[in-house]
Amino acid sequence: MSITKQAAIVAVGLGLVALSACGSSDGDRASGGDTRTVTLVSHNSWAVSKDVLAAFEKQSGYQVRVLEDGDAGQAVNKAILTKDNPQGDVFFGVDNTLLSRALDNDLFQPYEPKGSDRVLPEYRADGDEHRVTPVDTGDICVNYDKAYFSEHRLAPPDSLDDLIKPAYKDLLVTENPATSSPGLGFLLGTAAQYGDDGWTGYWKKLKANGVKVVDGWEQAYNEEFSGSAGGRKAGADRPLVVSYASSPPAEVIYADPRPETAPTGVAEGTCFRQVEYAGLLSNARNPEGGKALLDFMLTRTFQDDMPLNMFVYPVTGDARIPEEFAQYGPQAKDPRTMDPAKIAANRDDWVKSWTSLVLK
Amino acid sequence: MALPVAFFAVFFAWPVAAIVARGLDVDGGWRFGRLWDVLTEPGIRHVLWFTTWQALASTGLTLLLALPAAYVLGRFAFPGRQLLRAVVTVPFVLPTVVAGTAFLALLGRGGLLDELWGVRLDTTVWAILLAHVFFNYAVVVRTVGGLWAQLDPRQEEAARMLGASPLQAWRRVTLPALAPAVAAAALMVFLFTFTSFGVVQILGGPRFSTLEVEIYRQTSEIFDLSTAAVLTLIQFAAVGAILAVHAWTVRRRETALRLVDPAVTARRPRGAGQWALLAGVLGTVAVLILLPLAVLVQRSLDAPGFAYYEALTRADGGTFLVPPIEAIGNSLEYALAATAIAVVVGALAAAALTRRDAGRFVRGFDALLMLPLGVSAVTVGFGFLIALDEPPLDLRASWILVPLAQALVGVPFVVRTMLPVLRAVDVRLREAAAVLGASPWRVWREVDLPMVRRALLVAAGFAFAVSLGEFGATVFIARPDNPTLPVAVARLLGRPGDLNYGQAMALSTILMVVCAVALLVLERLRTDRTGEF
Repeated sequence: MSITKQAAIVAVGLGLVALSACGSSDGDRASGGDTRTVTLVSHNSWAVSKDVLAAFEKQSGYQVRVLEDGDAGQAVNKAILTKDNPQGDVFFGVDNTLLSRALDNDLFQPYEPKGSDRVLPEYRADGDEHRVTPVDTGDICVNYDKAYFSEHRLAPPDSLDDLIKPAYKDLLVTENPATSSPGLGFLLGTAAQYGDDGWTGYWKKLKANGVKVVDGWEQAYNEEFSGSAGGRKAGADRPLVVSYASSPPAEVIYADPRPETAPTGVAEGTCFRQVEYAGLLSNARNPEGGKALLDFMLTRTFQDDMPLNMFVYPVTGDARIPEEFAQYGPQAKDPRTMDPAKIAANRDDWVKSWTSLVLK
Repeated sequence: MALPVAFFAVFFAWPVAAIVARGLDVDGGWRFGRLWDVLTEPGIRHVLWFTTWQALASTGLTLLLALPAAYVLGRFAFPGRQLLRAVVTVPFVLPTVVAGTAFLALLGRGGLLDELWGVRLDTTVWAILLAHVFFNYAVVVRTVGGLWAQLDPRQEEAARMLGASPLQAWRRVTLPALAPAVAAAALMVFLFTFTSFGVVQILGGPRFSTLEVEIYRQTSEIFDLSTAAVLTLIQFAAVGAILAVHAWTVRRRETALRLVDPAVTARRPRGAGQWALLAGVLGTVAVLILLPLAVLVQRSLDAPGFAYYEALTRADGGTFLVPPIEAIGNSLEYALAATAIAVVVGALAAAALTRRDAGRFVRGFDALLMLPLGVSAVTVGFGFLIALDEPPLDLRASWILVPLAQALVGVPFVVRTMLPVLRAVDVRLREAAAVLGASPWRVWREVDLPMVRRALLVAAGFAFAVSLGEFGATVFIARPDNPTLPVAVARLLGRPGDLNYGQAMALSTILMVVCAVALLVLERLRTDRTGEF
């Protein structure tokens, strides 16, 4: 081996080290004393159109940095763990099932954004303290595969009571509430409808009626549900799945070519309402920037832009619902809800009882 | 020595200790009583039991299916051997999210087995076991096959000359030489399956949970840090024990075997028996490894033209601020940085470990370096969050965190590849050079470097492939504008709609091809003594 070759190898090695040591892209520097940057911490479903965000940056003079910290539960837990020295200024994405955990751990400081008065009253939380602001809402509902039900000349189910009827035996797939937020929402929906003691009886019947449980939404929807694109390819044979009211519009929007009608529908009497909140983190380094960002989240620009990016509904009364939503995934008229404090008090026990009841 | 120790302490030991301490330290009092509470919970006991027996079963099954392949790849010369070696290694570096999806497509409803025989294995323990074989096949093939290729056949021949029967010769000569390698491979497979996370989560359904899955749930879903801390300690103890035994078998293996160039030992298969064995191995590989990979490719092409691949080049502003295709570039950048870190740290560690005056402590460090392989990513990740949050080490939002975390996983592979080669360098060569007046640096340059050069390249390639597919650490990428390949796949799978599913399959296929190409290049660089995981 020649000396030049050796030298080349050493050089390449050193070059690699140098490359890993520098090359940090701009905006990586922690926003220590930088008051021109505002940092948003969120879960990995956060999405906003580029031009909308750019408009905010231009109008407010703040640069927005976004950190995504895993799924919803993980992101909240990480935020709580780091609350004394937070990673950002604003946290987005704590939903009503996790709200109490965040509030009890003093994750947020009070701030009432401009435009809070336009938020529809059914979404408001935390009374007069204003530690959190509702940003979006969505319904967790049973979706059905239209083709299956028309083929079998069977009416799709429309309520939780329908799901335990023999006609729908072995048709439903749901998610494990311990590991999936739609799964948890569905469980809470049954608890809201049948009461603190009644829901176990309902689940016994559901189990007897052949409900299938998988761990996560991806698997339930893409692998088990016959109405989804992935499911159709996999030859899935469960025409009922616990998903979101906004899933049918997504099936239309992300199909090429777009079908005339959505291949799936929503069983409107099975829904549980999820609301997602944002708040100013307790020890935010740039509280002023954080406040501006929260104000922005309630503007019409943002509320109008949100639905087709995150597949959620706006919370302000004046926002425009996209046509696809109105057409393929209308909001449930009378969804189940539950007080966040009640969820916090019972959640772990319910998930434990559910596990031993349904999985054992 | 100082650098690897510092690296290990700051980026592994300290964060893990921090998160465990947070879990056990409540209101200033240490709650070791928690240990007992957790251990006596029936749910947890069930998890421990399942974790152990599925790892044992997976290991047994992997050995059963992979040992013939180790022999075939070690001893037979046939066209396409290099390709085959690369192919069996692809699964090892694939992200579990991709492999899990492939296995569901195969074993799940409407999968191939279902269509042929109406058999469905998903959410059964069989799916988990088969996926574990799929992932760890390469560990056995490379570790055992690599050694098998280099055993001097003349030793067996000599035994035969002295009157031993073929079976006797094999039992007395070959088997003892191979045993430590088989044991080391088995322990490695046991370690990987004992700490299995993605496979169990995707394929096992909610009824099966390993210790690793339980730690993840307690940390990220239930937020019960004290239970998570106790479970982490239990897993630590188990992994430590496995590694201690592994280190011992490795040292036994480094006893003086007479090794020869693999090119000498490889022969074309002779006789019906050997051809049948070769065909059997090729069949196993086709069914177990190529089939799941082929399902992914087929589903990625399941649209008119290359529609899914074209969609990858467009940003939709929703899930991605950038076209998903950019994830490939990001992945390559992270992997390069991770490789650089892993090679520097690993090579220094390996060099320190081969010094003759290395004491007991240093030798223990060898096993310590393997620990990150057996500690859950979620533990390390949460530890990073609370330990590395002060300047100058506030790395929580920095991109360097990802390569660092990936390098933690890469270092053991680098050490494993370098160590046998460095140990095989005859000390007398170095001494002779020193006596003749060469400086230590020059000794290293003239004696060691030429011998370890290829090992370094192979180690780098391995670290590279491992970081490409690594998914656990990339969860901490808090930057939506530069997702890596596995993260992009997970995100696409997380949204409804045909195009998203198709793009996930297309990206998985690309990732697979990138890994396969990287591994093929490695095959060209085979060292004289590779194959020690």
